[in-house]
Amino acid sequence: MKNYDIVIIGGGPAGLAAAVAAFDAGQKNVLILERDSCLGGILNQCIHNGFGLHTFKEELTGPEYATRFIEQVTERKIEYKLNTMVMDLSPEKVITAMNREDGLFEIQAKAIILTMGCRERSRGALNIPGFRPAGIYSAGTAQRLVNIEGYMPGRQVVILGSGDIGLIMARRMTLEGAKVKVVAEIMPYSGGLKRNIVQCLDDFGIPLKLAHTVVDIEGKERITGCTIAAVDEHMKPIPGTEEHYDCDTLLLSVGLIPENELSRGMGVALNRVTNGPTVNESLETSIPGVFAAGNVLHVHDLVDFVSEEAEAAGRNAAAYVAAGGEETELNEIPVEIEGGPRYTVPATIDPKRAGDKLTVRFRVGGVMKKKSVNVYLDDERVVHRKRPVMAPGEMEEVLLTRAMFDKHPDLKSIKIKVEEE
Amino acid sequence: MYDIVVIGAGAVGCCVARFLSRYKADVCVVEKAEDVCCGTSKANSAIVHAGFDATHGSLMAKYNLEGNLMFPGLAKELDFDFIQNGSLVVCMHEEDMPNLQKLYENGVANGVKELEIVDQKRLRELEPNISDNAVAALWAPTGGIVCPFNLTIAMAENANTNGVEFRFNTEVTAVVKNGDHWTLQTKNGAIDTKYVVNCAGLYSDMFHNMVSAKKIHITPRRGDYCLLDRAVGEGYLTHTIFQLPTRLGKGVLVSPTVHGNIIVGPTAIDIEDKEGTNTTAEGINDLIAKAGNTVKNLPIRQVITSFAGLRAHEDHHEFILGEVEDAPQFIDCAGVESPGLTSSPAIGKMTAELLRDKLGLEENPDYNGTRKGVLNPKKLSKEERTELIRKNPAYGRIICRCESISEGEILDAIHRPLGAKSLDSVKRRTRAGMGRCQAGFCSPRTMEILAREWGVDQSEITKCGGDSKLILGIPKDRAHKEVQP
Repeated sequence: MKNYDIVIIGGGPAGLAAAVAAFDAGQKNVLILERDSCLGGILNQCIHNGFGLHTFKEELTGPEYATRFIEQVTERKIEYKLNTMVMDLSPEKVITAMNREDGLFEIQAKAIILTMGCRERSRGALNIPGFRPAGIYSAGTAQRLVNIEGYMPGRQVVILGSGDIGLIMARRMTLEGAKVKVVAEIMPYSGGLKRNIVQCLDDFGIPLKLAHTVVDIEGKERITGCTIAAVDEHMKPIPGTEEHYDCDTLLLSVGLIPENELSRGMGVALNRVTNGPTVNESLETSIPGVFAAGNVLHVHDLVDFVSEEAEAAGRNAAAYVAAGGEETELNEIPVEIEGGPRYTVPATIDPKRAGDKLTVRFRVGGVMKKKSVNVYLDDERVVHRKRPVMAPGEMEEVLLTRAMFDKHPDLKSIKIKVEEE
Repeated sequence: MYDIVVIGAGAVGCCVARFLSRYKADVCVVEKAEDVCCGTSKANSAIVHAGFDATHGSLMAKYNLEGNLMFPGLAKELDFDFIQNGSLVVCMHEEDMPNLQKLYENGVANGVKELEIVDQKRLRELEPNISDNAVAALWAPTGGIVCPFNLTIAMAENANTNGVEFRFNTEVTAVVKNGDHWTLQTKNGAIDTKYVVNCAGLYSDMFHNMVSAKKIHITPRRGDYCLLDRAVGEGYLTHTIFQLPTRLGKGVLVSPTVHGNIIVGPTAIDIEDKEGTNTTAEGINDLIAKAGNTVKNLPIRQVITSFAGLRAHEDHHEFILGEVEDAPQFIDCAGVESPGLTSSPAIGKMTAELLRDKLGLEENPDYNGTRKGVLNPKKLSKEERTELIRKNPAYGRIICRCESISEGEILDAIHRPLGAKSLDSVKRRTRAGMGRCQAGFCSPRTMEILAREWGVDQSEITKCGGDSKLILGIPKDRAHKEVQP
């Protein structure tokens, strides 16, 4: 069995950033395992621009953004294996993986960073009634077909769900010669970024119908049409509001689910809200020495923040290995939430291990206007930030600093509270 | 001129073909779809019924029991997934106990072995997740679960290996008596045959009525199902759980599948359209409402897909088997609905023996009744699997992440007898695309492999044959056409 100090599961944006950060923090014995035929993950099929505004202060395409990190990996000669599927992770950090050259093999790691990303929710998970013909694709599958394989999945398109990939694909399909008739979103607000609604729908005159869903799918071989209806506040279709659309394609952009089958098998505790691991300030899961970052932890909107989060995970994993896997006694304080946030990453903070700066990320459960985000350490408010608009489609973050924690040597409670302005 | 033509390559048609293949005869199976197992056989409860339910003295009772007894042996010979997990008919109200007793007695009369009525305590030991309201149950240890795709595919492959011809995409439009033989009009020309076996499922009334004055009538009875994630299936349930019908109606069954999912269903809605396999919101909501009646803590939200199948319900709820009285040389296997899947091997064997006697068929000396399924590397040891990948690296490339299906398995499915040509036919043979992402990740890759292996462009690959095309062109092709007239 081969030994590595740090093994990174997945060579997408999170895995690449984690590897580079771990390497730069002094751990050179790092391995990335990637199931696809190249590094970069889902970025490779995201040929639109808008990536990297925060990280590089310029607008890059997905492949360009990935390339910057892939170059950092190759410059450092960080080892990676492509076309390699991780089949199992054990709590003892034994990785069972498989590829064409090595067969089924095992690796012993001192630390593992989980960066497997996420997958799209399927039609089946939504119980959309109707037939099951060809021509129903998740937006990401359609994106792969168009951008990588060079095929058009269809011509007359209806999109269900206004997640970012769905919005991006509305524009892409239009640019490639298809007619996107409507985007229906079951929620009363979009799950995507405001900028994507403007640039991908509004600019092309594609209607967005909020509080609408698909209630029937027609076509026995290829989809020939679907019916869309308005929904009430319980998301139940309202009779009499049905509208029929002829279409040959239905794209679904109805949510992303962190891919945690391996984490679950390993025994990592998962958070019911995010479907990702519950992590502490070090982005360390319930198993010491197992870290998580990126969309496997919680689904992000912007890859810049994935990279940033993964860098932290990489540094923390390196520190864990440097300390010989010994962990000092932890003083994990749960991050309490009130007034809007549905979860926080991290879920607990040990002030001693929080570093100089600690970013806490969360999402709210509904659209909220004229609010403020506040952080309380015990009874002291250490952060107060006005937020004119918050929505579930845009991730929020607050920054905690060493100085804040230093003022509270006997800290008992940490609370993130959304309050009136 | 064929000796025998079987209409329909569902479970029954393929079982007839397989049992016929042990005799020397020219046999052909004609099927309107692009593959076997495309109708009722692909969308049902996947249960091997013990045989206590069918009315004593009926053909259903007889063939159910005979079929049930054949399954353990056939699963070995033909290498398909079958588990004798036992079934429980759960009684929810004290007042219904006499009906449970009646069911027990009917089962005993039908010849079902090992039946037992178990009390609440024993029931809970057998199945910890049974509803707290359950008062007792009929326990049938001989009940089982099967992969209906692999059962049908195994029968067809074995028949084909032993010389039975299969013609797909060949819809029969008319059956005409032509002197001493039948002529079948199909979309691909006429086929002459001495004998016809009608295994047309939902359409078996149509073919029967073409040749007989004694009309029969089949109603498509739709059943909606939900399939839950394998993560739910692990350890949740061992037995197939039926609800004893009450005055409020029939419940739905909750069962593990041979692949570790949980299946919930079916509804029973009579419809007109023989192709009406669309689920409805009412049907699915009905299932969700009833699913928790017999079991507790069922995470019904973890559904990965819902689908509907159609039972071929004959007006008298009975199989119609054997030579049609006023149409000699025309054999019916009609009205085969539940327990049809369980009965199919017994019906196949009986029908083959009937034809042997009618035609005086001799044993086929080259007959080999065994078949190996698509190699499942998960059943190998680590060493064996590594050796397999060394010999054939395709087994080291995972295509379907959710079910861990390798390229090797997909190639096996494509290159075996009656090999897979479409996404769905790969799925039924290997499970690629059957997991929680429902083929989101693997379909472009499977399409690529299918196109490469069959030597066609990807745009020719279909989901399930016919017009079920997956790709409708290339990017900007319309724009190019406009620029270059």
